[in-house]
Amino acid sequence: MDKPLLDVRNISKAFGGVIANKNVSLKVEKGQIAGLIGPNGSGKTTMFNSIVGYHPIDAGEIWFNGREISRLRVGAIARMGLLRTFQQTRIYGKMTCMENMLISLPDRSSGFASLLRSRHSAGVRRAKELLDFVGLYSKRYLYAGDLSFGQQKLLEFAMALINEPEMLLLDEPTAGINPTLINGLIDRLKRANKELGITLLVIEHNMRVIMNLADHIYCLAHGEMLAEGSPEDIRNDPRVIDAYLGAH
Amino acid sequence: MNRTTYHYLAIAVLALLGVAAPYLFPAYLSQFSKLWLFIVLALTWDLTGGQMGYNSFGNVVFFGVGMYAAAAVQVALYYPLAAYTAAKGGGTEFIFNTSQFLTGLAAGLPAAGVLAALTAVALGLIILGMRGHYFAIATLGLAIAAGELASGWDLIGAGSGMVTPTPPDSLDTTTLFYYLSFALAALTFVFLAWLYSTRYGLAINAIRDDEDKAEAMGHHTIRNKVIAWTIAAFFLGMAGGIFGNLSKFIDPIDVAFNGAEIGVWMILMAILGGKGTLWGPVIGASVFYVMKELFWTYLLGWQRVALGLLIILIVVFFPQGIVGWLKERWPSRFGPTAAEMEAADAKGEA
Amino acid sequence: MDNLNLLIAAPILNVQLLLDGLMIGAIFALAAFGMALVWGVMNIINVAQGEFVILGGYMTLLLVKYGLPPLLGIPFAAITLFVLGWLLYRLIIWRIVDADMFISLLATFGVSIMMQQLMNEIFGSDVRTAESGLGMSYLFNNMVTVSQIKVLAFILAFVIGLALWLFLKRSRLGQAIRATSQNPRAARILGIDTGRVYAATYAINAALCGAAGALVVMAWSIHPYAGLPYTVRSFMIVIMAGLGNLGGVIAAGLGLGAAEQFAGFLLGAEYQLAFVFLLLVAVLVWRQINLARKRQYLK
Repeated sequence: MDKPLLDVRNISKAFGGVIANKNVSLKVEKGQIAGLIGPNGSGKTTMFNSIVGYHPIDAGEIWFNGREISRLRVGAIARMGLLRTFQQTRIYGKMTCMENMLISLPDRSSGFASLLRSRHSAGVRRAKELLDFVGLYSKRYLYAGDLSFGQQKLLEFAMALINEPEMLLLDEPTAGINPTLINGLIDRLKRANKELGITLLVIEHNMRVIMNLADHIYCLAHGEMLAEGSPEDIRNDPRVIDAYLGAH
Repeated sequence: MNRTTYHYLAIAVLALLGVAAPYLFPAYLSQFSKLWLFIVLALTWDLTGGQMGYNSFGNVVFFGVGMYAAAAVQVALYYPLAAYTAAKGGGTEFIFNTSQFLTGLAAGLPAAGVLAALTAVALGLIILGMRGHYFAIATLGLAIAAGELASGWDLIGAGSGMVTPTPPDSLDTTTLFYYLSFALAALTFVFLAWLYSTRYGLAINAIRDDEDKAEAMGHHTIRNKVIAWTIAAFFLGMAGGIFGNLSKFIDPIDVAFNGAEIGVWMILMAILGGKGTLWGPVIGASVFYVMKELFWTYLLGWQRVALGLLIILIVVFFPQGIVGWLKERWPSRFGPTAAEMEAADAKGEA
Repeated sequence: MDNLNLLIAAPILNVQLLLDGLMIGAIFALAAFGMALVWGVMNIINVAQGEFVILGGYMTLLLVKYGLPPLLGIPFAAITLFVLGWLLYRLIIWRIVDADMFISLLATFGVSIMMQQLMNEIFGSDVRTAESGLGMSYLFNNMVTVSQIKVLAFILAFVIGLALWLFLKRSRLGQAIRATSQNPRAARILGIDTGRVYAATYAINAALCGAAGALVVMAWSIHPYAGLPYTVRSFMIVIMAGLGNLGGVIAAGLGLGAAEQFAGFLLGAEYQLAFVFLLLVAVLVWRQINLARKRQYLK
């Protein structure tokens, strides 16, 4: 078997006295859809933030695509093709959806000169395709700040896709999305994985969604890795059930 | 008539006015020169303040650096600078003939732009990592420190300032500086219009809207920020070089690093016209400059009170500015329509 | 660097500079309390801080003009500035509380330059000082002189700091201020009149500056355009101490005062202002490097 695409080895992170992650590990193979679940406050978002470089980790190592990234900065990690979306959706509010898409095109290989081309010079067709893919085609010349929360979430997803990442970390992609649209979103996430070859790591609270979506699931509780396995294993793991019932 | 037509019509009228002004208003030529320079000030402030969301109180640093750099080069090409400043411009031995004066300008103005740009790179790498108000206050500190430092540096005349080279009588410098100012304003406008049409324009807008997101998407945010400030500084430095020659005398605190007046005016002009728009700074600078020329002298002793009041009124009641207001009021006439955006994208697609 | 040799040759000079510095630093801390309060509660950086200080000085001079003892200027300046602060809030500041930080920076900057020139028109542009009526103390065989007004300033800074802390902890209004600073919406829902809280906060800030100004005019001197350095000093102190850390504000204030005295002596008085503003940039850069090291450069 190849080396995993993302390899998180025994990382720990504390904020003051609060231990958010304690000696947690996680592996995601190329092409996989992995899920990360856990009760509120179990350290899922902290782990995401550690991976993409939002804060330094106290111990452990993070490897992506054969390189250690534990000490790199956010921008550098993103340029390696490891991208994340935010729980509180973030888009460029005073720009149109198309502009949001066009500025998210990858400029990884080329230098500053590529920025000096016309803003319509590249990716227009791709941007339209992907906006169509997430169902925002008709809104493409609206200002992103005027969209509803759910639509902004879809736009953020499309922006991540046009960046052609190797791997995408999604922080609660279905939160705030109209239940009738959730099935469509699951379908799109799967298609992004299959057709575009993007490896996914998804934080999700909605059990139905994650069981449906992921090939492999990790469960965090109280900052520690409680269990991992196939959706079937996780569903039947008494410790996971306990953690969830205990938390409510 | 659609928006694009208005846009080109306005440019044509301005260009015509710019070229013909020496024949139409010969008596007001130096005022017109300053108007063009003020437009440069507002345009360059808006590049970082409006388009990138980095509000600087200290862009006047580049203006002052350019002013001193141009004058120093103009002098140093022909005379020892220290002796010149020591004589406080009073020495009769420092004569510049026409060719010396013009050569000095031709070398001095680009040098002013380049030196100001280098200053921006150096300062930007240090302080453009700061966000929001920390950046704003750091630039405020820089502007005042620059004035204080210049007042202590003997080579450039220290606190008693520096006289710019006196042109020979035979040279019509009023017209010369007028056309230089006009050319600089035109160049700045055209350059920025082009810059905002590129992907780089989008990249700095992204920094304005959500810098963390831009960073998380892999943008080189620091590089993009430093470049924007450097471009602003380059044009500002040249504007400073011309302004110094127009004023004929460079005082470190009242002319070159005049943060409390020129430094604030450029912010005010950009906001008055409309932050983050191409035409806003042009309109804001014109309106403000005309008002200033008409009323300023009557306000002797109360000018700062008036300025302070104006700042408060504009910032509190009219933060969207003239162009912003027009866009709100008549979005289809002054803002880009979906059809226009579609057409522009389609052109790129082809 | 002749002065450096002087300092090494005559160590007692160090004591003099240090004492002077600590005592002027206490006054800086007084104005910084106010800035920290307004910044923390209202999310406004008040650029007019220094002008409040200078106006406090002129209020004291006004008393002196009518033959009253200048020490009365401390409460008098505090009270008049309190009223002014309240009025300014009701006229202007309330409109910018929720606005973008740059809007409030610019608006208070507008207030600041208005006040500069108004003071210039009303009180004249001369450098002024007030005789406190207190004497001098001589220490170390008369090698070190300390004016008693500076000692008073030093003590007052601590007393006022403590009083402010008690006020915020114990009084009803103090608790309302703290609640509003943590979550204005929740405070409004709980029936706290946040408008009144903001007005009181801004007025208390002005009063603190006024008291500081009364001390400044007695211990040193003022002129209408001398305000901005006080704003910058307050800002630096708050950054170094962090918001909501009154003890830190005093410590940072004293440190800044001492650093400035030594810098002024070593570099020459003409560079003292440049030093203050460059120190501001240095402090901000230091903060930036610290944040970057923790990878916290992002908000």
